[in-house]
Amino acid sequence: MNKAEILVIGSGPAGLKASLSAAEQGAGVALLERDSFLGGQLVKQTHMFFGSKEQYASERGFKIAEKLNLEAEEHPNIKILKDATVLGYYEEGIVSLEVKGKFATIKPAAIIIATGAQENTLMFPNCDLPGIYGAGAVQTLMNVYGVLPGKRVAMVGAGNIGVIVSYQLLQAGVEVPVIIEAMPHIGAYHVHASKVRRMGVPIYTSHTVLSAHGSESLEKITMAEIDQDRNPVTGTEKDLEVDVLCIAVGLTPLTEILFQAGCKMAYIPELGGHVPLRSDNLETSVPNIFVAGDVGGIEEASAAMVEGSIAGLTAAFNLGYGKESYAGLLAAAKRELDHLRRGPVGEKIRIGLESLSSFVEVK
Amino acid sequence: MRIQVHPILEFKKGKKISFTYDGKTVEGYEGEPIAAALHAAGVRVLSHSRNYKRPRGFWCAIGNCSSCNMRVNGIPNVRTCVEPLQSGMIVETQQGRGAIGGALNE
Amino acid sequence: MLSKTGVPTDDQIEAVKPSKERLAKGPVVIVECFQEIPCDPCYTACKQGGFLPFEDINDLPEMDFEKCNGCGVCIGACPGLAIFIVDETYSDDEALVIIPWEFVPVPEEGSTVKGLNREGEAVAEVKVKKVRSAGKNKNTNLITLIVPKEFAHEIRSIEV
Repeated sequence: MNKAEILVIGSGPAGLKASLSAAEQGAGVALLERDSFLGGQLVKQTHMFFGSKEQYASERGFKIAEKLNLEAEEHPNIKILKDATVLGYYEEGIVSLEVKGKFATIKPAAIIIATGAQENTLMFPNCDLPGIYGAGAVQTLMNVYGVLPGKRVAMVGAGNIGVIVSYQLLQAGVEVPVIIEAMPHIGAYHVHASKVRRMGVPIYTSHTVLSAHGSESLEKITMAEIDQDRNPVTGTEKDLEVDVLCIAVGLTPLTEILFQAGCKMAYIPELGGHVPLRSDNLETSVPNIFVAGDVGGIEEASAAMVEGSIAGLTAAFNLGYGKESYAGLLAAAKRELDHLRRGPVGEKIRIGLESLSSFVEVK
Repeated sequence: MRIQVHPILEFKKGKKISFTYDGKTVEGYEGEPIAAALHAAGVRVLSHSRNYKRPRGFWCAIGNCSSCNMRVNGIPNVRTCVEPLQSGMIVETQQGRGAIGGALNE
Repeated sequence: MLSKTGVPTDDQIEAVKPSKERLAKGPVVIVECFQEIPCDPCYTACKQGGFLPFEDINDLPEMDFEKCNGCGVCIGACPGLAIFIVDETYSDDEALVIIPWEFVPVPEEGSTVKGLNREGEAVAEVKVKKVRSAGKNKNTNLITLIVPKEFAHEIRSIEV
């Protein structure tokens, strides 16, 4: 059995920042990543980030990943294990894992769960045809492995992910004939939508995919307008020949470990599904188990990074590290998070967190 | 189809190698996921479902959904979307659930 | 409506246009940013004082067009690619429009390409006057287009 001070599960933006914040305070950190590379979703992001200087505004996501990955790899207090999948959590506080085919266990003093989220699916006839991919999958193929997902890609979902990936498809030389959105308005930042509109990509709000067609893989979709009850409007059905349909209809937190560890959970639709109750400092109902990033509620990479810092600082403080600097650094991070969330686009998160706090208070 | 030129990204690839897919020789790059190499070679159907024989392929690309399971070097249920390609790998489609078990293995 | 179509309305575009007097003086920035999102690198990038300090990071940028010299450093800084430079003084019937470009192919200087409006419709043939990088490590090109003056406030993209 291995001991570790702070175990961080997941090396996306939240996990990386959590590891660095805790390590900077002097704590020993073990960072586990099930993939063979660090950075999570950051490595696929070719667009420039928003926010302010502290959140790397104007820098491209994959460049931010390169920076953070290098910082983590070089930090003497961080031990990194890649190809390491966490298998379970035992009530004595032991975490089991599989590293490159070998079984191992760790008993850390604190755990920061930063496992992110997975993509939602959409149900319609033949929704299981090869060629119908999650937006993240398309990003992975294109931006990580340099493989074209197809020649003509229709996008479902005009949230940030749908519109950003549509833009990335254009950058890869792929035709995007349409973005289909069920809501009557675009959920993405308007500037993201404007970027693709001026490249000639139409956005059809109040529309949905009725069905997909193809013998062994996708060849065609049928789309239609929908009314305010989400029923298709007869006569508006339209067929579109595409070889890929990209589904970007939201994310759901990957919370298995939290459930296993007995953390109190609540179902909050605005946050993407089941999420853990937690204090302002991101500690769950199980002492010294923290959350950071999308696993605690679907938001954005900028917020994930700041949450990682909050969780990392607090986990380290609880173990006696950073006694002098904690209050100041924590206040600064919370201010950043507040700024990111207090504008109109932060409304959904604020509502979700408000609902969450109405459950039993976690001290 | 592979991306030849990209406005932002440079793709660092490993060594060009070959492997077999259902007996046919296919080329790919060492270290990339098997499913990515197959996709680049035009293969989108990776298996068929157990009961209704519906075609299956890529979906999540991060090892969560099991849509990409194939048999690799005799081992069933390999998540080809995350499994790194090695030279000489024997990749085969598996129909439905992969067959595990047999003699007691050490 | 912008939130339905992704295309700003005429009113929104008018609201961010510098005055006729300022446009007649030389190149000036047009910031097509209409939604309150947490973002302020335009302000941090500008060394001329063209952007006023942000009180809250979610505020829309506020401009001092007199301080703006049309240098274009903000174009590459804007994560939304929402900033352009327009120079109405180029000639009697032509204006310069500088756009960000993150695609391949990158057009050749001196070539003629299609000028697209905010809906992606080709409205005129335009000449590529200059292509420069927005800065090292930026991967964004700034393309100076010579456009018919009547389209200076319409053309925001190209088809190569």
